Amino acid sequence: MKGPYFEEIEHTADQALRVRGTDFKELLHNAALGMLELTGAIPRSGPSRDREIEVQAPDREGLLVTWLEELLFSMETRGVTYTKFELHITGDTHLVAKVQETPIAAITRHIKAVTYHDLEIEKIVDGLETTVVFDV
Amino acid sequence: MIHKQDFRKLGPVLWEIPTSYRHDMRVPVRIIADDRILEAALSDKSILQAVNASTLPGLVSHIIVMPDVHQGYGFPIGGVAATRLPHGVISPGGIGYDINCGVRLLSSRIPAKAVEPHLDDLASALYANCPSGVGVKGSIRLSVKQLDQICRQGAVWTLKNGYAREEDVERTEGGGCIEGADPAHVSDRAKQRGRPQLGSLGAGNHFIEVDFVEQVFHPEAAQAMGLEEGMIALQIHCGSRGFGHQICSDYVRELQGAVKRYQIQLPDRELVCAPLNSPEGKRYLSAMTCAANYAFANRQVLVHHARRTFEQTLAGKVSDWELHQVYDIAHNIGKIEEHVVDGEKVRVCVHRKGATRAFGPGFEELPDEYQELGQPVLVPGSMATSSWVLLGTEGSMALSFGSTCHGAGRTMSRKRAKRTVRGDQLRERMESKGIHVRARSMPGLAEEAPQAYKDVDAVIEVVVRAGIAKKVARLRPMAVIKG
Repeated sequence: MKGPYFEEIEHTADQALRVRGTDFKELLHNAALGMLELTGAIPRSGPSRDREIEVQAPDREGLLVTWLEELLFSMETRGVTYTKFELHITGDTHLVAKVQETPIAAITRHIKAVTYHDLEIEKIVDGLETTVVFDV
Repeated sequence: MIHKQDFRKLGPVLWEIPTSYRHDMRVPVRIIADDRILEAALSDKSILQAVNASTLPGLVSHIIVMPDVHQGYGFPIGGVAATRLPHGVISPGGIGYDINCGVRLLSSRIPAKAVEPHLDDLASALYANCPSGVGVKGSIRLSVKQLDQICRQGAVWTLKNGYAREEDVERTEGGGCIEGADPAHVSDRAKQRGRPQLGSLGAGNHFIEVDFVEQVFHPEAAQAMGLEEGMIALQIHCGSRGFGHQICSDYVRELQGAVKRYQIQLPDRELVCAPLNSPEGKRYLSAMTCAANYAFANRQVLVHHARRTFEQTLAGKVSDWELHQVYDIAHNIGKIEEHVVDGEKVRVCVHRKGATRAFGPGFEELPDEYQELGQPVLVPGSMATSSWVLLGTEGSMALSFGSTCHGAGRTMSRKRAKRTVRGDQLRERMESKGIHVRARSMPGLAEEAPQAYKDVDAVIEVVVRAGIAKKVARLRPMAVIKG
């Protein structure tokens, strides 16, 4: 798999993202990158800040949703976007992410929420794939 | 894949998928549609989502799908489902993340011709005074205590604090305040998102629109609503902002565990739910009510800003610049109501996701002037096309749990709309038709292009033929303020 794989796919009302990764960690990483691209968030030039984010969930799909929700929450409440991610996962239910946060210069898309709609992380030949539907 | 032959035709614009279609359906799925709308609905997952929703425990009678249906997540947009108290379930995904997203309409005695020379200034001033856009904060910074008061009081809080008139609150669904809200069931995160956002429009398909009344179909109702041909009206479409989004997200996550505890089998995790009499179900209903009340207050504060804007812009230029509330309705909500099912009065939780309450004449909650007419129903079209004012009917009580459509309904994805339409060109086209546009994002404008939606007039014809609404008036846009 070359480069971060994510692709916006057709959804009548909302937005859907197909994401792949060679493993679960890369899937979480690519999902975050894909979601940021959907928002059109542009970081402001200037200082950034390192932060650690820790999330837990009962299963893989839950961890994916909770992780993306965590990023959206900070984007809305603190006006930041993300320029670097370093992810560490324990099992399938615990994620610690070291992220670099930068204030948002501009943003074009408001994502209201990350949904569980038809959410399933599936094995493919060279890793994992899922489709995430966002309420926009 | 669902095909047209899987439906039984029950009437000229009424179709049904029986429970025999899939083993896990608990009730049939009915759709109000003509042939064209039904065929369009089969092109995406709308009907499959309605079939999935028909598996929820405690449903009564049938799922009903409106002609503005389109694919959502979990439930389809345009879906209505009623679950029986006390054991039936409540599903956050059946209400949506934008809890009490809804529409407010205000009438005026301002002739459209008199406002035309000032319309550019009016559009700019509305855009400046009514905060809109992604993550934009509102005009009021609430303390936690004030937010808790809004959760309990809704639009009544705005009346007590100088943002509303009594007639506004009286002419709001549920009096702008639904009972049962308890902010103790709302997370700190939701409160953190809700405190700075009261009085803001948000983004996406939310808008403020200056319209004129193009045609009146029901003079008596139009008169009661203050709508007169050729006069200005104002529509506001928005919801509970980040407050509601967070409440829904919190409970969709929490109820993932509840469905296991209550051994509820579902075809889609977005449909998670809990019995209405369970601790989880009661907590969600209470938190959802907080967001619903917040949304009523949010639209009211925007009305306050709009009135101020009209005064600033039009005082001395027209003789009467007042805006009078016609009505305010929710189209993403769960309501505890009484309905007749199989000849028996039952208390149910009506999930309306992209559907509008449309109660007929005699409903005691309605203000006196609407008692004999029925409840006003507000149906915005897409940008640059008609919007409609309707009345609820007795037919809607019998067929659709007192509900009707909520809009035109999308037919084209946002991705395709952006490929097909350029925002700047759309804006030019609208301006050439005399529609003033204010929008933060041109791609965002393109996503909401009229081509991306069904013909709202066709949707209205279907709900009228089905007997679940009556026409009162058609509005035409003059200025659109997009989030």
